[in-house]
Amino acid sequence: MNSTLLVNISRFILLLAVQIIFFNNMGFLGFIMPLPYILFIILYPVNGNKSGLLIASFLLGLMMDVFSNSGGIHTTACLVLAFVRPSIFKFSFGVSYEYQTIKLNDVLTPERFSFILISVVIHHFTLFILEAFQISFFLDILLRAFLSTIFTVISCIIIIYLIKPNKR
Amino acid sequence: MQQIFNFIFKNSNRILFLLLLGISLFLTVQSHSYHKSRVISSANFLSGGVYEKINNVSEYLSLKTQNEALAIENARLKSLLFKTKDSSAIKRFQNLKVTLPDDVVVSKVIRNSFNVHENFLTLNSGSDAGLEPDMGVINNLGIVGIIDKTSKNFATVVSILNVKSQINAKIKKSNHFGSLIWNGRSTGFVQLIDVPRLAAIRKGDTIVTGGQSVIFPENINIGTVDKVEIDNKTHYYTINVKLFNDMTNLGHVYVIKSKNRTEFNNLEKTTKHE
Repeated sequence: MNSTLLVNISRFILLLAVQIIFFNNMGFLGFIMPLPYILFIILYPVNGNKSGLLIASFLLGLMMDVFSNSGGIHTTACLVLAFVRPSIFKFSFGVSYEYQTIKLNDVLTPERFSFILISVVIHHFTLFILEAFQISFFLDILLRAFLSTIFTVISCIIIIYLIKPNKR
Repeated sequence: MQQIFNFIFKNSNRILFLLLLGISLFLTVQSHSYHKSRVISSANFLSGGVYEKINNVSEYLSLKTQNEALAIENARLKSLLFKTKDSSAIKRFQNLKVTLPDDVVVSKVIRNSFNVHENFLTLNSGSDAGLEPDMGVINNLGIVGIIDKTSKNFATVVSILNVKSQINAKIKKSNHFGSLIWNGRSTGFVQLIDVPRLAAIRKGDTIVTGGQSVIFPENINIGTVDKVEIDNKTHYYTINVKLFNDMTNLGHVYVIKSKNRTEFNNLEKTTKHE
């Protein structure tokens, strides 16, 4: 049992609990819901086991679906985010990201912000398109995804600042 | 053979992703195609138990308003009782040996959702209390939804704020029927569609449940007419209905067990077979 594994397991449980108890009951204007539980996928170690990430995000999404009666939409969106995560890293931090020591839960820089933003946008658009499943709601989907993205990004950054380890 | 193994090892992540994606897409699609067939629902002991724990805590915050709502409803029922004592209505029913057609089970909403297109509630009683799928759920103000799935101690309810829900409703004054749906926009409004143009509708008219199904008894309040539009394609009225219920704030609810239900279902089954 190394500490990275323990940190990840506790992060998985804590984020899920916070999401279900607190953020799921929080409807701004009736329909905007921040989903900061995807921080688990965002904060997963850069050089961590990729199959482990896929399986963990599958389980994370499945738990969300069980708790919100939503079929498989969270599962699919989390899987898609976990799969494209290396490409987002490449986009935000440059091609040689694997050889740098990237720490995401630290002071906000443009690279870190763009990484979080792109991840949230990809996750939310997959989620909301699958949720409606109908072209007739297209404008509605765009509006929801856009507003929820803003709130998720804000709540993610707040959580990162709250749990940031102060080693100075 | 060696090459096949090499290929699998090299692309193991991609294969794992596609496999898991297949499972999740299957779950998504089958939950969209027919909601009764969804594999995972919050009516299991894990999520039901967690929601019950959460609700036990949050219930205290709304005790006062819940008590007030109950007192108001008691007063209304009392007044109804006093009115019927004066008339001969009770006697007449006794002579005709009319039994009350419906049984009511009280239950509590432990999980409410209203911010997605397909909203479900979770109740803290299930098949042990006699709940079954397709029973109607109401509260003192109006209708809430229809039971979707039950487990031993929990049940999920398709809220009226669900784009898949369709409930038979009518205009109280004129008895014109229509279907009650939700367009997925505002939590305070639902839509009554397919009302014939002959119906005289005015703003403020009351909409109640119709008697065309066994799920809800007739004349349960739904809401009032807010806006009337004519559908360009079908030339039927589409009515925006303002709900009596605040769907974002639900506490105790009543589940209606219709006694005629099994008889009705058996009749329908035999009619279909022939």
